[in-house]
Amino acid sequence: MQLKRAINFFELWEMTGVVTMNNYDVIIVGAGPAGLTAALFNARSKLKTLCIDEIGNGGQAAITDLIENYPGFPEGITGSKLTIKMAEQVERFGAEKITEKVQKLKLEEEYRVVVTNQSKYRAKAVIIASGASPRMLGCPGEIDFRGRGVSYCATCDGAFYEGSNILVIGGGNAAVEEAVYLTKFADKVTLVHRRQELRAAKVAQERAFTNPKIDIIWDSVVEKISGNSSVEKVILKNVRSGERREMFVDGVFVYAGLEPNSAWVKGVVRLDEKGNILTDENMCTNIKGVYAAGDVRRKLLRQVLTAASDGAIAAFHAERYIESQFYGS
Amino acid sequence: MIEVNKDNFEQEVINSNKPVIVDFWGPSCQPCLELLPQVEKLSEAYKDKVKLVKVNSAGNRRLCIKLRVMGLPSFLAFKNGKEVKRISGQDLTIKEIEELIKSIA
Ligand SMILES: Cc1cc2nc3c(=O)[nH]c(=O)nc-3n(C[C@H](O)[C@H](O)[C@H](O)COP(=O)(O)OP(=O)(O)OC[C@H]3O[C@@H](n4cnc5c(N)ncnc54)[C@H](O)[C@@H]3O)c2cc1C
Repeated sequence: MQLKRAINFFELWEMTGVVTMNNYDVIIVGAGPAGLTAALFNARSKLKTLCIDEIGNGGQAAITDLIENYPGFPEGITGSKLTIKMAEQVERFGAEKITEKVQKLKLEEEYRVVVTNQSKYRAKAVIIASGASPRMLGCPGEIDFRGRGVSYCATCDGAFYEGSNILVIGGGNAAVEEAVYLTKFADKVTLVHRRQELRAAKVAQERAFTNPKIDIIWDSVVEKISGNSSVEKVILKNVRSGERREMFVDGVFVYAGLEPNSAWVKGVVRLDEKGNILTDENMCTNIKGVYAAGDVRRKLLRQVLTAASDGAIAAFHAERYIESQFYGS
Repeated sequence: MIEVNKDNFEQEVINSNKPVIVDFWGPSCQPCLELLPQVEKLSEAYKDKVKLVKVNSAGNRRLCIKLRVMGLPSFLAFKNGKEVKRISGQDLTIKEIEELIKSIA
């Protein structure tokens, strides 16, 4: 679909040299699966599209070992391969990509302005696809031993734990899948979960239950991580009995849930009590011309496929909005 | 950026006249791979003041253990042969790395 081009007020202003700002049709914040898919759809519609990510491409999916539930890859595909391909596809259709940290979203009449740590960009519509980050345990020692035994990325750090004894915290898909992945390196992996049953998909659970290197400790949380130059010991607390136990371990991998990356839009778009962005089924937020897609939204199934799907829907509605708001009769 | 290993670590890092930043990366660490080209650019931009080198953790496990690097990406800053600061984590941004460079420049 080709949009009718009309010169608007701001563009006229800029031509006269009164203001300079980088102008786009759509700005997408985040280049994980949701953001990359939105960028693909908008760029293919010939909208002037900018995608901003503070790190690079791929988001959480880039640090996932094997993705087995994204259709089209019967053998599974590594998260890094899949997201590199997604980024190449976006490039092919000409979306612009930059590496900056987005700090604020501002509304200027019918325009949406994205403020980064380096510049300002203005667009007719914005798609928020800033995803989620691992939730920290919040126990003493966690921050001190980060990079020296505490990790949030098994594909990054797993190989440092050859022959060692490690804990994986959590009971969802990420925790169980990464626990299985870590048995490639570690001699022993203990999964520690605060409840009595896992939330992970049944296939993943079965792999964990039948893996001789994996033990599970139920109903327990980590109370303290300690050591000298690296992690040596944790204290676990049973949440039912209140009993504590000490365990000697070389590493702790944390997959205890997610925090949405939405602090930068707080007060601008509507969030739920956990910071997830509220949208309707068209990915519209409460603000006109502002959409949200992927893990940053309130939803139940947080996966690569659903993030990509959200991205496509958001891009579609952003395009329709631009057409009617800026070029409509 | 030159590759450093156990054989030239002493010469390139410990005995360097300029402050040094060592970028620890690994072939299966996607955040590391995303950062590398941008770090190369910083290396060029700051080359008069700070030397940037990289270590592939996959072939240099011993060196990593010796320096207590157990997480990727990790950036260690050395001044006069001593480690003065480090930053680490899969969510490191290029901005934080530039700050680290500036702090020892
Ligand atoms: C260990 C692990 C295993 C997983 N396994 C699977 C699996 O097997 N199958 C599956 O389908 N899903 C899996 N998932 C889930 C899947 O990775 C996520 O659902 C998906 O990546 C969400 O995509 P997203 O684009 O919404 O957000 P994200 O992937 O979180 O991407 C968000 C992006 O936004 C950027 N960003 C955030 N804030 C800012 C800011 N202020 N400025 C600029 N950029 C910003 C981030 O750098 C990031 O690149 C797994 C997740 C993890 C952690």
